[in-house]
Amino acid sequence: MFILIVGAGRVGSAVAKRALDAGNDVSVLDSDPLSHERLDKDQSISWEDAGGRFTVGAALEVDGLIEAGIEQADVFLAATRGDNTNLVIAQLAQRRFNVPRVVVRVADPARAAWYGEQGLITICPTQHAIDQAEHVVLEA
Amino acid sequence: MYVIIAGAGKVGWNLARELTAKDREVTLIESDHRRFRVVEEELEHAVQYGDATELWVLERAGIQRADLVIAVTGDDEDNILICQVAKEKYGVDRIVARVNNPRNMVHFKTLGIQPAVSATDLILRLIEHEVPEYGLVQLLALEEEHLEIIELEVGQGSSAAGQRVNDVDLPEGSLIISVLRNGAGFVPKADSVIHAGDQVLLILDPGLEGEITPRFAPEGSELGARN
Repeated sequence: MFILIVGAGRVGSAVAKRALDAGNDVSVLDSDPLSHERLDKDQSISWEDAGGRFTVGAALEVDGLIEAGIEQADVFLAATRGDNTNLVIAQLAQRRFNVPRVVVRVADPARAAWYGEQGLITICPTQHAIDQAEHVVLEA
Repeated sequence: MYVIIAGAGKVGWNLARELTAKDREVTLIESDHRRFRVVEEELEHAVQYGDATELWVLERAGIQRADLVIAVTGDDEDNILICQVAKEKYGVDRIVARVNNPRNMVHFKTLGIQPAVSATDLILRLIEHEVPEYGLVQLLALEEEHLEIIELEVGQGSSAAGQRVNDVDLPEGSLIISVLRNGAGFVPKADSVIHAGDQVLLILDPGLEGEITPRFAPEGSELGARN
């Protein structure tokens, strides 16, 4: 399976490493060249030597997305730090590049819910934190 | 008519002023607190503080009863999403989005955000109007209606020069709507004669430009040679 991850932050880089370990083809796109360090951290060999791909580019630039392999991607994960960027590129992946499985991180619970109804697979860390905090607080 | 404008930059603020002066009810939304304070001095309750990409901020501004939503923030992603939820979630009839980076225009189109207005493109068109490089200027494109208006210069020795409007060989779906001559414009009749050096405005189905331009191209030019 070919997985394209946009945004090599904590979530993006961790998912990328696990996906590669699990035997997938993984490509990561981030606008910050330094974000590559997160992919190498705590690894015995470099990201590229392990078989990973890394492209420097802005998320909204079509050229960068194509270079990173969006046209071949089976799965697309939008995990930049900006909700709005994530929601726009996820919809481009879906509608323009016809990626079969599109996953998007959205911090805002209200919009995560609405865009979830529109056919995107949304992950909302805030909602998870709310649910978990509620559970722990009310258990006390 | 109730109008919500997202983004109180120069564009948003001035739009709010113009529309208020035309007796439209307007709410302006600004996410930068310092900017909000400045604009609030003048517009008072007509400006609200908040991030217009958040649903509750739009709802607080009364998006359910808005007739028009204009997204003119400095961020193209924000403008796309504000217009998208306005249209698709709240059923707002009319939207207008600003494109900051012309390279993002294609994303607005892909996601169905129309009309999308790019200041850079508008200025480029004005430049082309003043300094036509290819003899053809696209003045207006009505994407949804599948119509556009172009301006052409009638070249010396072109097949259209010296002909009556009625006799110019134009494809089905195109029409000469105006002639500009010596700095003045008029709406031609079927028997008005077109002169070399005139500028003509045509309304047409998009895609017909290629058939139309050779009729106006100067004799001996590459385009004219295809006549």
